[in-house]
Amino acid sequence: MSAIIEEHHHDDHHHGPAKGLMRWVFTTNHKDIGTLYLWFSFAMFLLGGTFALVIRAELFQPGLQLVEPAFFNQMTTMHGLIMVFGAVMPAFVGLANWLVPMMIGAPDMALPRMNNYSFWILPFAFTMLASTLFMEGGGPNFGWTFYAPLSTDFAPPSVTYFIFAVHLMGISSIMGSINVVVTILNLRAPGMTLMQMPLFVWTWLITAYLLIAVMPVLAGVVTMMLMDIHFGTAFFNAGGGGDPVLFQHVFWFFGHPEVYIMILPAFGVVSAIIPTFARKRLFGYASMVYATSSIAFLSFIVWAHHMFTVGMPLAGELYFMYATMLIAVPTGVKVFNWVATMWQGSMTFETPMLFAIAFVILFTIGGLSGLMLSIAPADFQYQDTYFVVAHFHYVLVPGSIFSIMAAVYYWLPKWTGNMYDETLGKTHFWLSFVGVNVTFFPQHFIGLAGMPRRIPDYALQFADYNMVSSVGAFLFGFSQLLFLFIVIKCIKTGKKATAQVWEGAHGLEWTIPSPAPYHTFSHPDEVDLKEAHG
Amino acid sequence: MANDATYESYYVPTDSKLPIFASLGIFLTVFGMGNMLNEMKAGVDSSFGSWVLLIGGLVLAATLFVWFSKVIEENHAKLYSDQMNRSYVWGMSWFIFSEVMFFGAFFGALFYVRFFVVPWLGGEGNRVPSDYLFYPDFVGAWPMVDTPDPTRFPGAIEPMGWYGLPLVNTLLLVTSSFTVTLAHHGLNEGNRRKLVGWLALTVGLGIAFLICQVLEYQHAYAELGLTLTAGIYGTTFFMLTGFHGAHVTLGTFMLLVMLFRAMKGHFKPDDCFGFEAAAWYWHFVDVVWLGLFLFIYILGS
Ligand SMILES: [Cu+2]
Repeated sequence: MSAIIEEHHHDDHHHGPAKGLMRWVFTTNHKDIGTLYLWFSFAMFLLGGTFALVIRAELFQPGLQLVEPAFFNQMTTMHGLIMVFGAVMPAFVGLANWLVPMMIGAPDMALPRMNNYSFWILPFAFTMLASTLFMEGGGPNFGWTFYAPLSTDFAPPSVTYFIFAVHLMGISSIMGSINVVVTILNLRAPGMTLMQMPLFVWTWLITAYLLIAVMPVLAGVVTMMLMDIHFGTAFFNAGGGGDPVLFQHVFWFFGHPEVYIMILPAFGVVSAIIPTFARKRLFGYASMVYATSSIAFLSFIVWAHHMFTVGMPLAGELYFMYATMLIAVPTGVKVFNWVATMWQGSMTFETPMLFAIAFVILFTIGGLSGLMLSIAPADFQYQDTYFVVAHFHYVLVPGSIFSIMAAVYYWLPKWTGNMYDETLGKTHFWLSFVGVNVTFFPQHFIGLAGMPRRIPDYALQFADYNMVSSVGAFLFGFSQLLFLFIVIKCIKTGKKATAQVWEGAHGLEWTIPSPAPYHTFSHPDEVDLKEAHG
Repeated sequence: MANDATYESYYVPTDSKLPIFASLGIFLTVFGMGNMLNEMKAGVDSSFGSWVLLIGGLVLAATLFVWFSKVIEENHAKLYSDQMNRSYVWGMSWFIFSEVMFFGAFFGALFYVRFFVVPWLGGEGNRVPSDYLFYPDFVGAWPMVDTPDPTRFPGAIEPMGWYGLPLVNTLLLVTSSFTVTLAHHGLNEGNRRKLVGWLALTVGLGIAFLICQVLEYQHAYAELGLTLTAGIYGTTFFMLTGFHGAHVTLGTFMLLVMLFRAMKGHFKPDDCFGFEAAAWYWHFVDVVWLGLFLFIYILGS
């Protein structure tokens, strides 16, 4: 047996990808697995997007036209779950898989077989989750935050499969993050210090730490639900001495760090792209690292700002209000640094840069509405209205998702060896940019005017803005098919890219050929650190 | 960090069929379990779910067995440099950290219930009106033997004391932490008899702990009226000690595997990651128990 292993050892730096479909099933290569994650997340993005369009179609006019209220609830729930756990998170893990080893001069992820395991759990988990829609009693209908007792005493039977699907996603995320942390801590090229790592690697190190810390808490809270539903425990039942509010505390202890899990890697992406197209080094690298760390720390101690109206003691309301406001400080540092990086740069506006600049502006709008929501007395008015929906969609769609698109355009030439079509890319950007704002900006107004979220019908005075919002949503949704076309066209017929790709780009990934060879940095002495500091 | 001696060659395993079988196994396990639970709840008499669960569990167990054997073979074939081995050390440490956070969720629930929910249900603080309307007769106390709604959650006759079996279990686990350390000393000295002997004793203590826990649960159900459905006291008691018991089971199994490996002649003083990982896990389980003993048994009764 050991002779066989020796043999593998000798040729494993030379072999290319295996032939056929099984390559993707058995692969241990970080680039293959990154590709799998990215395509999977795009499929989930289209599925979750379809659910969103069902919601927006129903809300196009007041009254009930297309779907039953019960099905509407399943759509809002599944849209949230699929987008958070199926689209945004796996997309960032895909980027980490592709980029982290190349950026730190590592041969692969630290635990390559476990890396494959982390990915292949996901298709099973999401198939099980999506199949609940066809079960008796329908799929999960209690909102993506699945508050008890809606998700326990009053849940459809399919909730059991929902719980186990969340368990599977948690196992996948924890193994994936352990892999990222270990790769970064143990496989950096000789001589690369932590403070020489590109910011994308830094943000992912901290993101992975957050994931390892809070995914087990999510597993804990769904386990409590499972026990309450099937084994008669009293976690969320006041009759037995428990408390439905306990659910919210445990859930949001996971949930608040979760929103940073979905935005910190985006900060890393933007911090890579803006310096390239401004042709300057990133302004305030060290302060970016410290700001990211502070945000991660603060994210653990602000969770109850989601629960201001639940009846907390006054001291709790005040504490969570002020602690939440503190997060604006490190976030402000970041926005300042991005703007300062662009200041007096010789800027060009290729598609990745357009998405990155839109990210800075629109994410800031989402951040400011977040600051409004952090004011406890004002939040009593905003709670559960479309203002909240507008807020978190501004940080997630033109925030996280724009950054993912920026990353795809930026690194696609490195991945495929071909340039994408710049005109089509810019068209995709402008359609998305207009679509996103037309969809979500009016939701601020209808929210402040009092329209509640997660309801299929609404009062007549909200009709105009809802119609505008629905038109924007369909514009944004169908623009993403253009994105798919651009990526396929790039792979099939794109012009050959150079190794450097972008004139102003720095970092180890640009020192290797395009497309990146199947194995890179296979020996520790292959790395030239002069290019390292991103 | 930049010391060249710490960097040798990298080992990247080639394609592997193991993860996809592990994915399939874990999927069938949870799908079968979900199916079984839903059938039980609906009163359907079908064994479909339990068969899927059984098959999934077997696929998962067999895959993990082959997987771990392969890693051990690769290690014996000297494919792992010191740097590669550090990946496993980091991996295990972060895995234990994730387990700490899992227990953290349940400890957090216990503290929240005990220090906020129970007094509020008893009429303290700013939730007085609603709780007064729902449960006017309820008196908040911990351990909660009388629940606000006894028709659904019958409550217990008596809480679990800390002396007797729980105290014995504490002594067993603390002792086992010492014995596993003595086994480690044996390993470091190259004294295999010492390693095997102390390790076998550790496994024995782990099994003794589990037997005592079974006896304790029987005592709770039969004599104290303390059940999983008794209300939040029973809920937190059984969930925290139960998950801990599950981890003791896993830890004992890991140590047992290490015992077999030690008897087969595996492990050298500078090559014993498997043993160390099991030992760290065992210390973690021990520390969790000390937390349980303090917060569930001593301060909870
Ligand atoms: Cu939050």
